[in-house]
Formats: sequence, structure tokens, C-alpha cells
Amino acid sequence: MTEQNKGTWGTIKFDGAMATLGFALNKMCYSFNTAEAREEFNKDEASYCDKFGLTSEQKEAVIKRDILELERLGGSIYYLSKFAGVLGLNVQDVGGIQTGRTTEEFQAYLDSQGRGKHNG
Amino acid sequence: MAKIIGGIGTSHIPAIGIAMNRGLEDTPYWKDFFAGYPPIRKWLDEQKPDIAIVFYNDHGLEMFLDKKPTFAIGCAPSYENADEGWGIATIPPVTGETELSWHIANELVEQDFDPTICQDIKVDHGLTVPLSLMYPGHNYQHLKVIPVCINCERYPMPKPSRCYALGQAIGKAVESFAGDQKVVVLGTGGLSHQLDGERAGFMNTDFDLDSMDKLVNDPEALTKYSNDDLVAIAGAQGVEWNMWLGMRGCLRGKVTELLRNYVAPISNTGAGTQLLLNE
Repeated sequence: MTEQNKGTWGTIKFDGAMATLGFALNKMCYSFNTAEAREEFNKDEASYCDKFGLTSEQKEAVIKRDILELERLGGSIYYLSKFAGVLGLNVQDVGGIQTGRTTEEFQAYLDSQGRGKHNG
Repeated sequence: MAKIIGGIGTSHIPAIGIAMNRGLEDTPYWKDFFAGYPPIRKWLDEQKPDIAIVFYNDHGLEMFLDKKPTFAIGCAPSYENADEGWGIATIPPVTGETELSWHIANELVEQDFDPTICQDIKVDHGLTVPLSLMYPGHNYQHLKVIPVCINCERYPMPKPSRCYALGQAIGKAVESFAGDQKVVVLGTGGLSHQLDGERAGFMNTDFDLDSMDKLVNDPEALTKYSNDDLVAIAGAQGVEWNMWLGMRGCLRGKVTELLRNYVAPISNTGAGTQLLLNE
């Protein structure tokens, strides 16, 4: 086993295999950099997924907002963040979704590791 | 010769840009974080650097997976920012530089680094948030910026030791440039954080603070980590430490720490701010 294959719990290493699996999905999410694309997606999500050639599993995970499943299917968090933006979710919302917490619970988890913040 | 006067490490979280746009700097959530910046701005106002070399990572504005450079350097007269898809306001163009940047590109290749050389790239929050923090109110256009982009997203990505060596090569290139420009170097991003997976929300504040110590006097200790180590110790996006290592590599003189601030969590991260003097 090479050093490269060492994994960290709860972390999907976004490597060549994952980038291959997720290319179409990531390309779709990359398109969300433009307002026109976001609007088109919002009008008909399934058609927009088809336009980019997502697999049926990827499409289903998009419709279900299943962020973890999208990561397992090759989604990179860089582009999934843009998808989250289309949905009006911030990174604490996305953290909550992935960890089975509400956004408030996720924020509390972050705060539990806090340091250097004295609230002014 | 051109001179590197110092290095600045800073977070580049999008939420910081959004907070600045909304005027939230003095609110309880943000106050301690923003308190780290006025002394750095004062130092910049006094020192008046002509050029800033900014180590950043593109988060999918310009460099998608279709053509993703491992290392890239900008050699353009200006850089546009643009919509990133989730609501951070676009900022006015960043002023570029076409003499020292080409000199660095030439010298890097001579020193066996082979970066992608870019004459037309958009720059994202990785670069624009730090500039906005240094020069609020978009007052950064007098400063000529040389973007240096490091892949921190998709494996394979450059090793910490390689990012540090890239910084050293850039530092050497600046020192061999026939000019009297004052150059400041920015390392952006981090520190510990993880956005993805069941482990999302992981931070390691002890590691961050210890590494900020090492960055001053023993940066080579940090180059011993692999990217997998950084992921395990500092979270999946803890690999953004690589930009800080690039910055530190550029500082080849006697390095002293002038200022430091560290606040966690800011958004999902441990947010470090550090000013290092290079003499």
C-alpha cells in the first residue's frame, strides 16, 4: 500500500478516479457561475442535468439535494458549493446536511472547537 | 534589485467578503477577526509596496477540471473578478504587472519549475478577499499584483515541500530582478478546515497555532508533511497551508513575526492572520 492510498475517515479523496466519475456533474455545477445557467437549472432541474449528461444516480442525488451522495458520485466540494449556492444554502447548512445535524447544531459543533473569539 | 519586504498570511473565506460588503466588521461574530487587520494596513501604508505576489487557489472560477494547472503564474496587465455562483459581490479589476512577472516565469523555468503562464485569467475570492482585507473600499488598484495559483482541489496536487520550494525559487527570482521595487508576498487561505464529507466541520486549532509558530523559525518542519497528512491533521481543505508555505519560501532573509491573530471558527475555519518581516 502506498502512502497515497491512506484515507481519512469521513473524507473522500478527490483524485483522478473521482474526477473521472464526476466530470459531467462538476461541469454542470461549474456552469452555475452564470446567472443564466442558474435560472435555466431552476426552471427544469432534470432537463438541465440531462443537458450535461449526468448519470441517473447523479441526477437523483441532485434532485434530493443529497450532498454526500453527490460526493460519492464524483462531485468536488468546490463545484458542489456552487450548487449549494443555487439552493440558497451556505457552508454551515451544507455541513449540517453532510453530518446529519441541523445548521444550528453544526454551528454549535464549530463553536465547540472555537478559539480566540471573545465577541468583541 | 527588487526587494521582498515581508509576507502576510491571511484567510480568504468568501464569508469575509460578504461581511465586508454588509458592514458587519464590528458585530460580535466578526469583531475579533477584523481586529487583526488595521495594524497590517498601517504597515502597508507605511511601507508602500509596489508589487504584491499573491499565492492563492482558484475555486472553480477560471480553472475548471478540464484544464487545471498544478502551478500557474499570471503575467497580465490586469485581472477581472467575476460571478462565482453563490453571491459574493464582484470587485473592480485588479492591477497586474508584466515585467517582474515574466522575469519570475523565466527564472522559474531555469530553476526547473514549469508553471502554466497566464496572460488572461479571472481571479476569484482566493485572491480578491485578501486584497479587499488589505485595502478596504477597493483601494488596491495602485498595487501591482502577480497571482500565483496552486491546485489545492484535485489530486495529484503539489506537495507542501514543493510549494515551499516554489516560493524559494520566486524569492530568488525577485532578488535577481534589476529594479528597486518593494514587493510584499501574500499566502492566502486556510487554516484548518473541512467542508466536505461526514467529517465536515473538523478544525485543529492547536495545529494551526503551532504551525504559525513554525512558519516563523522552522518552516522546513512543515514541509515534512504530505498532503494526506495535512488532510488528516488539518482537514480536507487544510491543504491550503500550501499557499502559506509558498509565501514563506519567498522570505529568504532574517524573518521575524510582527503581528498575529487567530480566530476560530470563522465560517467553517480556523482563520489565521500573520505578518512576517523579511530582512
